[in-house]
Amino acid sequence: MTKHMETATNGVNVAALLGAREALKDAPEAARFKWRATSEWVKGTHNRATVDGFFGLGAEQQHRQTYKFESDHPEIFASEDKGATPVEFVLVGLAGCLTAGIAAVAQNRNIQLHSVKATLEAGMNIQGILGIDPDVRNGFDGIKVHYDIDADASAEDIAALVAQSQKRSAVFDVITNPTDVTVTSSKS
Amino acid sequence: MSKSASRGIAGTVDVVVIGAGHSGLAMSHLLGQHSLRHVVLERGEVANSWRMERWDSLRLLTPNWMARLPDYPYQGDDPDGYMSAGQVADFISDYATYTSAPVLTRTAVNRVAQGSHGFRVETQNGDWLCRAVVLATGGFNKPVIPRLADAMPATIEQLSAHSYRNPGQLVPGGVLVVGASATGLQLAQEIQLSGRPVTLAVGEHVRLPRVYRDRDIQWWMLATGVLDQRIEDVDDPDRARRVPSPQLAGASDRATLDLNALQGQGVKIVGRLMGIRDATAQFSGSLRNVCALADLKMNRLLASIDEWAEANAPSGVGPIERFAPTAIDAAPQLKLKLGEDVRTVLWATGFRPDFSWLDLPIFDRKGDLKHDRGVADVPGVYVVGLPYLRRRKSSFIHGAEDDARELTAHLTDYLDRTRQMSLRALAI
Repeated sequence: MTKHMETATNGVNVAALLGAREALKDAPEAARFKWRATSEWVKGTHNRATVDGFFGLGAEQQHRQTYKFESDHPEIFASEDKGATPVEFVLVGLAGCLTAGIAAVAQNRNIQLHSVKATLEAGMNIQGILGIDPDVRNGFDGIKVHYDIDADASAEDIAALVAQSQKRSAVFDVITNPTDVTVTSSKS
Repeated sequence: MSKSASRGIAGTVDVVVIGAGHSGLAMSHLLGQHSLRHVVLERGEVANSWRMERWDSLRLLTPNWMARLPDYPYQGDDPDGYMSAGQVADFISDYATYTSAPVLTRTAVNRVAQGSHGFRVETQNGDWLCRAVVLATGGFNKPVIPRLADAMPATIEQLSAHSYRNPGQLVPGGVLVVGASATGLQLAQEIQLSGRPVTLAVGEHVRLPRVYRDRDIQWWMLATGVLDQRIEDVDDPDRARRVPSPQLAGASDRATLDLNALQGQGVKIVGRLMGIRDATAQFSGSLRNVCALADLKMNRLLASIDEWAEANAPSGVGPIERFAPTAIDAAPQLKLKLGEDVRTVLWATGFRPDFSWLDLPIFDRKGDLKHDRGVADVPGVYVVGLPYLRRRKSSFIHGAEDDARELTAHLTDYLDRTRQMSLRALAI
């Protein structure tokens, strides 16, 4: 049986990614990135964050446009719900990172994707943030992510895509592993 | 003895082989067949690491019938068994005797530097001058211990798989074993069975059944050509060389040692150790994924074995099998109080070679030896016996032969070429 091998078209430039991997192996300084965001309080629990520039490949870089994100708390918290809750942004970041990874890995493995849908759910006991029970943590007690993927691949190959994506995901790492956080302040 | 006497010349040879383990002795035997004058310098006794630097219960991960060195097959009466460290040492010593290897024991090398016509290999018994050097000191000289160890509270006893001998060394109480290679799993098991509750921190790992379809997994790996796979055919050679040893044990009952078996014996498994804060160990939330990756990879290997068996129909093999996925608690523990739950931390986080005595421009920016499949960046320097040096089997006993043959050929050619060059220089 002869099988015509077609190249998957998932819209990921794998050649560029692999080229970058090769180039950055010997250029450790260029591989050091700084990701940035600024934010300003609006009113109540409503906050507006802005993302436009970052540092990488040894130089300041600009997004194609400035992105703005509104965050707030929901009405059941006596807030005005002007945007997603900050913890929901964490889920948005995780979904974005894992899905991008799935697309890149699929492209590299020449697997054609047709649809990739993720459902995310994080459990949280708000007795933590309300200070009711000191034994309850503020953050999530767990995150469940389910991927529903239509692709030209076996169920096992799809499971392998999802596993490999987690292995290489920045946000997955940020969430699953401790990160040192420094917060400072100044009076303006 | 005066200092100048100790700096005297011990001899001049074509090649100095440093290390009388299986790789160094295989090289020595083949160099001898090429009539190259050489000497094998050994800091201790032949097969020193196997005698002095391994835990008591260690057994080879390959069955005895696979053990062979150039012109020297296994001749014992237990082909399906697994040698203890002492038996491996004896096997290697017997080989040294059989090949009449020119070994100088108790001759530690303090420094190797470039000399006027090649290299100067300095020992406390005088210096050897040579035109080529073979580094055969092995890939497992020093334990790799993460920097995290510095943050460990002083009340916690710490030791590495390099200094561990048996559970009797450990204080009573909980033990955190860090690392899920063959080493980590074997030590976790024997410590748990000694009555000390073990928690095993699990990062990326390689899961394998000991026996598959009634054959040792290594039989399949050899038959299907996996062990012969060359480093140049691997997608990511750096990664291939870093992969932890597969979860195997050479137990006489040929039982599979995996995370499910350990959990059945009461070992608790947690994610990779990622931080220590306020005397609390923090584990990664990636445990599920690293286990899923290992299960998927094992199943891919088993599927490729089945495919090979279908095509080649080996006789007497059992039916196709699949194994239960690695079981993970509904909520794996993310923290462990050091001092209360854990009294001892055992680092089973890998080993690396020690080339600190090499005074040559031969290291990359991370301090690793620069070489192409054993041919080092400094002409005339060769390295053998490192994991996946040329093939997957490179650091195995039976893996020494093919690498040693190819590197001996390269080395012989190098000596011929440089000899002709110096003759030409003399003629001018």
